[in-house]
Amino acid sequence: MSDVAGPTGRRAVAARAVREAIGLPAIVLGASYLGFGSVVREGGMTLTQGLVSTATAWALPGQVVLVELWALGASVLAMALAVALTNARLFPMTVSLMPLLRHDGLRGWRLYVLANFVAVTGWTFTMRRAPEMPVADRSVYFLAFATTIWLASLACTAIGFVLAGAVPRSVALGLVFLNPLYFLLLFAAEARAPARALALGLGALAGPPLHLLSPDWGLMAAGVVAGTGAFVGMRIAARRKASA
Amino acid sequence: MTDATSPWLALLVGALVTYLWRGLGVVLSGRISPDGAAIQWVGCVAYALLAALVARMIVLPSGALAEVALWVRLAAATAGAVAFLSLRGNVVAGVAAGVATLSLLHGLG
Repeated sequence: MSDVAGPTGRRAVAARAVREAIGLPAIVLGASYLGFGSVVREGGMTLTQGLVSTATAWALPGQVVLVELWALGASVLAMALAVALTNARLFPMTVSLMPLLRHDGLRGWRLYVLANFVAVTGWTFTMRRAPEMPVADRSVYFLAFATTIWLASLACTAIGFVLAGAVPRSVALGLVFLNPLYFLLLFAAEARAPARALALGLGALAGPPLHLLSPDWGLMAAGVVAGTGAFVGMRIAARRKASA
Repeated sequence: MTDATSPWLALLVGALVTYLWRGLGVVLSGRISPDGAAIQWVGCVAYALLAALVARMIVLPSGALAEVALWVRLAAATAGAVAFLSLRGNVVAGVAAGVATLSLLHGLG
C-alpha cells in the first residue's frame, strides 16, 4: 500500500486515541480495577501477583473468576475451564476486529501482539471508529487506545490494592463489593437483548445453589447449564418467529 | 478441598487460557463468521457464568464480603441499580452509590 500515513499522521491518530481513552473509558475501567485490586488483597494474593494478572490476562471478568476460585482452593482444571468459559467472548471479538486492522504492512506476529489488547472497551471504540479511517491508521488507533486504558488498569490495580489496606474496614469492603456491583450494572444495560437477558437471569438463579453443591465446579456448571438453556430458548424463539 | 494451588500457577493458567482465545481469533479471522451458532452459544455461556458469579458474590460471598450482613449487600446492590437507572445508565454514579451505601451501612452496623 502506498497511502500508509507518515509519522505525523500516525502521531495525530495516536494522540486522538489517547484523548478519547482518557475520559469515560479510563475512568470506568479504572474504577473497576480499583475493585479488582482490593479483591486481589482480600483473596490473599500479593500486589505483584495482581499486577501480573492485569498485565498478562487483561480481561476483568476472567481475572475476578480466577482470584475468587483460587481463594476458594479450586483445582487448576476448574480454574482453567471457568476462566476459559468466562473469556470466550474474546474469540468472536478478535475474529471480527482483525480483518479491519490487517493490511499489507501489518500481518503475521504483529497481529498476535495486537490481539493481546483485545478487550471490551477498546474493541467497542475501534469497531465504531475504524471503518471511517484509512486502513493503516486503524491499528495505531486501536493500540494507542488499548494501551492507554491498559496502563490505567495496571495503575488502578495497584491503587485498589493499597487502598484496601489503608482505609477503614467498611470502606475496604465497599471496594471489594465494587466488582460484583459493576458487573450487575453492566448487565442491566445489556439485558435489552432477550438472549442475553435470559442467559443472565438463568445464570443468576443457578449460581448460588450450584455453588453450594460444589464450590469447585458450581460456577462452571451454572454457566454451561444456564447458558445452554438460554441458547436453546433463543433458537426456539427464533424458529417460531420465522415460521409465524 | 485439595491443597492450595500456587498463585503463580493459577496466574499462568489464567494468562494462557485468556490468550488462547485471542490467538485463536487471529488464526481464524476472515475464515469464520463471528456470529455463527457455536459462537452464540459461547456468548450465552459466558454471560450466564458471569451472572452466576455476581449472584454468588452478592448472596453467598466467600472471604471478606461474608463479614457484611446479607441485607446490607442487597441494599447496596439496590441503591447502585436505582442510581444507575435514574441517572440514565451512568455506571460511575451507580457504582459510587452502591459502594458508599455498603460502606455506610456496614460501618454504622
